[in-house]
Amino acid sequence: MARITLEWEGDARGIPHVLHAIGTGPGGDSVATVATQTPSPVTGPTLVAGARAARTTIYLKLLMALSGLFFVGFVLTHMYGNLKAFAGHDAFNAYAEHIRTLGTPFLPYSGALWIMRVLLIASLVVHVACAAALWRRAKQARTVRYQVKKHTGAIFASRLMRWGGVTILLFVIWHLLNFTIGKVNVQGGPTNDPYNLLVDTFDTWWLTLIYLVAMAMLGAHLHHGTWSAFQTLGLTGTARARTRAKRLAFVLAFVVTVGFSIVPIFVLAGVISK
Amino acid sequence: MKVTLKIWRQPDAASDGAMHTYEVDDVSEDMSFLEMLDVLNEQLNARDEEPIAFDSDCREGICGMCGLMINGEPHGPEVTTTCQLHMRSFKDGDEIVIEPWRADAFPVVKDLCVDRGAFDRIIQQGGYISVNTGAAPEAHSIQVPKEAADRAFDVATCIGCGACVAACPNGSASLFMGAKITHLGELPQGQAERDTRVVSMVAQHDHEGFGGCTNIGECTAACPKEIPLDVISQLNKDLRTALQHGH
Amino acid sequence: MTDMPDTTLTSDPSYHEPSAGESDDAVGYYVPGDPIIDAKAPDGPIDERWSTRKFEARLVNPANRRKLSIIIVGTGLAGASAAATLGEAGYVVKSFCYQDSPRRAHSIAAQGGINAAKNYKEDGDSVHRLFYDTVKGGDYRSRESNVYRLAEVSTNIIDQCVAQGVPFAREYGGLLDNRSFGGVQVSRTFYARGQTGQQLLIGAYQALERQVHAGTVTTYTRHEMLELIVVDGKARGIIARDMVTGAIETHLADVVVLASGGYGNVFYLSTNAMGSNVTASWRAHRKGAYMANPCYTQIHPTCIPVSGAHQSKLTLMSESLRNDGRIWVPKKKEDCAKDPRDIPEADRDYYLERIYPSFGNLVPRDIASRAAKYQCDDGRGVGPEVEGVRRGVYLDFADAIARLGREAVEEKYGNLFDMYARITGEDPYVVPMRIYPAVHYVMGGLWVDYDLQSTIPGLFVTGEANFSDHGANRLGASALMQGLADGYFVLPHTIRDYLADGPFETVAEDHPAVVEARTAVEKRIEHFLTVNGTRSVDSYHRELGNIMWEYCGMERTEDGLRKAIDLIRTLRDDFHRNVKVLGSADSLNQSLEKAGRVADFLELGELMCIDALNRRESCGGHFRAESQTEDGEALRHDDLYAYVAAWEYAGDPDSDAMGAPVLHKEDLVYTAIEMKQRSYK
Repeated sequence: MARITLEWEGDARGIPHVLHAIGTGPGGDSVATVATQTPSPVTGPTLVAGARAARTTIYLKLLMALSGLFFVGFVLTHMYGNLKAFAGHDAFNAYAEHIRTLGTPFLPYSGALWIMRVLLIASLVVHVACAAALWRRAKQARTVRYQVKKHTGAIFASRLMRWGGVTILLFVIWHLLNFTIGKVNVQGGPTNDPYNLLVDTFDTWWLTLIYLVAMAMLGAHLHHGTWSAFQTLGLTGTARARTRAKRLAFVLAFVVTVGFSIVPIFVLAGVISK
Repeated sequence: MKVTLKIWRQPDAASDGAMHTYEVDDVSEDMSFLEMLDVLNEQLNARDEEPIAFDSDCREGICGMCGLMINGEPHGPEVTTTCQLHMRSFKDGDEIVIEPWRADAFPVVKDLCVDRGAFDRIIQQGGYISVNTGAAPEAHSIQVPKEAADRAFDVATCIGCGACVAACPNGSASLFMGAKITHLGELPQGQAERDTRVVSMVAQHDHEGFGGCTNIGECTAACPKEIPLDVISQLNKDLRTALQHGH
Repeated sequence: MTDMPDTTLTSDPSYHEPSAGESDDAVGYYVPGDPIIDAKAPDGPIDERWSTRKFEARLVNPANRRKLSIIIVGTGLAGASAAATLGEAGYVVKSFCYQDSPRRAHSIAAQGGINAAKNYKEDGDSVHRLFYDTVKGGDYRSRESNVYRLAEVSTNIIDQCVAQGVPFAREYGGLLDNRSFGGVQVSRTFYARGQTGQQLLIGAYQALERQVHAGTVTTYTRHEMLELIVVDGKARGIIARDMVTGAIETHLADVVVLASGGYGNVFYLSTNAMGSNVTASWRAHRKGAYMANPCYTQIHPTCIPVSGAHQSKLTLMSESLRNDGRIWVPKKKEDCAKDPRDIPEADRDYYLERIYPSFGNLVPRDIASRAAKYQCDDGRGVGPEVEGVRRGVYLDFADAIARLGREAVEEKYGNLFDMYARITGEDPYVVPMRIYPAVHYVMGGLWVDYDLQSTIPGLFVTGEANFSDHGANRLGASALMQGLADGYFVLPHTIRDYLADGPFETVAEDHPAVVEARTAVEKRIEHFLTVNGTRSVDSYHRELGNIMWEYCGMERTEDGLRKAIDLIRTLRDDFHRNVKVLGSADSLNQSLEKAGRVADFLELGELMCIDALNRRESCGGHFRAESQTEDGEALRHDDLYAYVAAWEYAGDPDSDAMGAPVLHKEDLVYTAIEMKQRSYK
């Protein structure tokens, strides 16, 4: 009976890097090479030729830093808009409307908003794709894990970046469904009045809780991410610049977290109401 | 004092490894960590067990040959090399877990020895200033501001031990690369090849299978020579500049 | 094993003849041979010899260079610089090191600096003065032509290193800083804080890696040379072991360069790296390369003392500590175990200040070292008792701290104090440091002519592995200078004269000489793995070290050396019958690596003792108790011993039986300098 077996062929050091399929049949054995692994540095060290800056991990990081800083600008603006809730129903809704009329009549209605949305989506794609690529690389860079590993240099926020990022991404999807695309009002109220939708939403304790958890995650993400962006852009070349960047990142993270959180908290507390 | 050691043992690169437990009595606090392992090896030899392979050479903290993951920290709990770590940093009855550097770009050769040839190949890709012997101008024709010379020296103290890679959750060698980029970039002699140097070195770094940096700072905390994190900023900046210059 | 060593030397006196009159104590241990001369150094004024030689050395057409291959063993300053330079020239270079990277060679550990006659301080320095200081420092036992050349090229080294980006210390104006070092009166030492060796080596390493990228140099890391291949009287390659796979590899070339460093580890405890060894040199010696002045050992006075029997190596602290620290021991033996702070001033013996009032704590290395040994032998040493003796003396900064303030002391010596505290667990700002001498450098090595070629044609030797430049003692900051001078500026010129004879006949891997070398290596490895005795390699090494330190260390005597030779022979015999090496030959096996090295040390140790026995004079690092002034100072005998002792191996090449070595003397003739006796009182 014909059989096919797979067999790795090793090099002089016994490290497998060529996979052979050995077919055993009536005509005897036939061997075909079905796969080769990139030899590990031990087996076949090679030097890269024709290196390009745009094909490096640092380039991916630069893209992440730039898209990330774009998000920082966005969340600050967004937060500023949210705080309009303290000015009452009309001011808040007028602000929401103003975003749509921004640049008109040069731009069509909602034109500026759509330009912003496209840029945000592009940044998101870039940010997530680069993060995924770097995450994958990091996993491959250490396939055998330590039995014991201490963290002596990392702040907690830096260790949250990846799963924190995923959490934020999920939140953003939910958030868009909640306020932009789906416009779900869990209390059954109107969905075409932004202020009322906001108050109805955050009057619901569990929605506020989800929101606050997400903001904590966002704060942590910004705390490390902002500093990291400065570092990646090469703006922290001295000990002083490094300290300043870290401080700035912390302040930014604090402001954004608090700035976003006080609106739902005040809604829940009844200070902001319909 | 007496310590219990849990040590990774692996016959060669192709075989599987596992943790083994050993006990060492009569450890003196004046022993260096590696001398404690020497004592263990003598005992193993006496009872016909093959001694544990680990690397060390100068044993004075400068050659960069030694490097063990000790209780989850590269080079152990002190800011120094493994060879300069002494048993007075431990106490009687301690359990000490010893592993090799873990990174796929540093494959285990045997037990606690790894192959750090990737570092040499990164240097081959431009970690130098191209000047043939005899072609150098008179030394005093090149003036280097003291600040630049001092910074170049500070980062040139890197011993290439690989602790940064071992500590990094991403298995990145950015601190090692950044140190060399900063050393040569600070000097007037290093300018001519500055752009190509950084691009080629980073490309080799990626090719070797090291991970990308996420600016966490585990590397600098583990570095026995306290190379600061700002060398990675310098590395990034140099790459960005090279990118802008069309490389 | 059939080749079990015959270590009991034939003591048939019929073939022994006295060679240097009645004062030769080594009669019976060696065979006198023909004198040897260095035929390569041109005559004429000393400052023109190198130019003449460079001009006379034949050239190799650039197109022919890629047809010529060079093996370089060792990647320290001498090896890496030579590999880089010869690669740049276009030769095919193979570079070998036992470490996992060329950057780890032990040159990296040199702290102090590198001398060069740049005269940037305009303080009267010149090539001639550096030459003069080096010859004088070497106690007139070096070859003047070589030393002059060394001083001459020293300035090029600095230019080269600066261009490579070596971050030397600079002044605020951006120019290079210099300091005075090692007791010389001019400031000619260039430095990079306390890590000059590291920075110079990284410079050479980077130049080497650049050539790897260019394809002219191939590096073989974790490879150890185990045999030299000599075909038709010429060095044509090496047998090396891949230390990871255990594969025995044959590497053939047109010329072989040994830059494999010094053999201070024959003393087991030294400031050398754990892996530093004599095997490459010794294997070449056994194949016909003469070993010159093997007994010249430099012992450094300011090392951190041994803390116990487990000690694996010694750590050097910069000699600059003696500028401000005061050295003392208790006057009374019963005080030795006390806390030094409780010993009153009146009960302290500042022995260097007492014996040498004008130089005090700053006497030369060998005098300071010996004085410390005498105090400890007298039972007044301090620190922990190791094997019944306290080996240490205090180096006390209390006065300096009182005078200059703690901050000033911290500024000057902070790094060293930290290092001391880390190793000993004591705070030297509060408790006096303890120091003791340790073996640091060997001036002896394979004999080379002016071209750095050994007595085997096609075998060149550079750096600490050769003997030529430091005489009986080496000045501070001169080791780095010599390594780089040889590699960058000397060897590339002299080797081309040899290579100009090429292209050479191709040697096949199955040439009988190649097969023989390979078989010898395989047999030796098999021997170590099959003795299956009871003692570890390290235990033999430690015992050998004790013998060497005791009898062939700081002070040597006729009786002691004779005793040492007997002890070494017995130990060597026991080693080959009773060593225990576990593991296999075909994988990484550190015990096996050490076994080969220790076996060679066991042979070298005997030759060192014979050399020391032959030289019944005190010069530089070699002190014979029989040859001292009434005040206990070293006494040279220029009438009898102004020669290089070049030893030819005469043992059975197929076994470990050493036989009586043949002594060839090279007379030292000084034309540009006058021999003087030193005095430090």
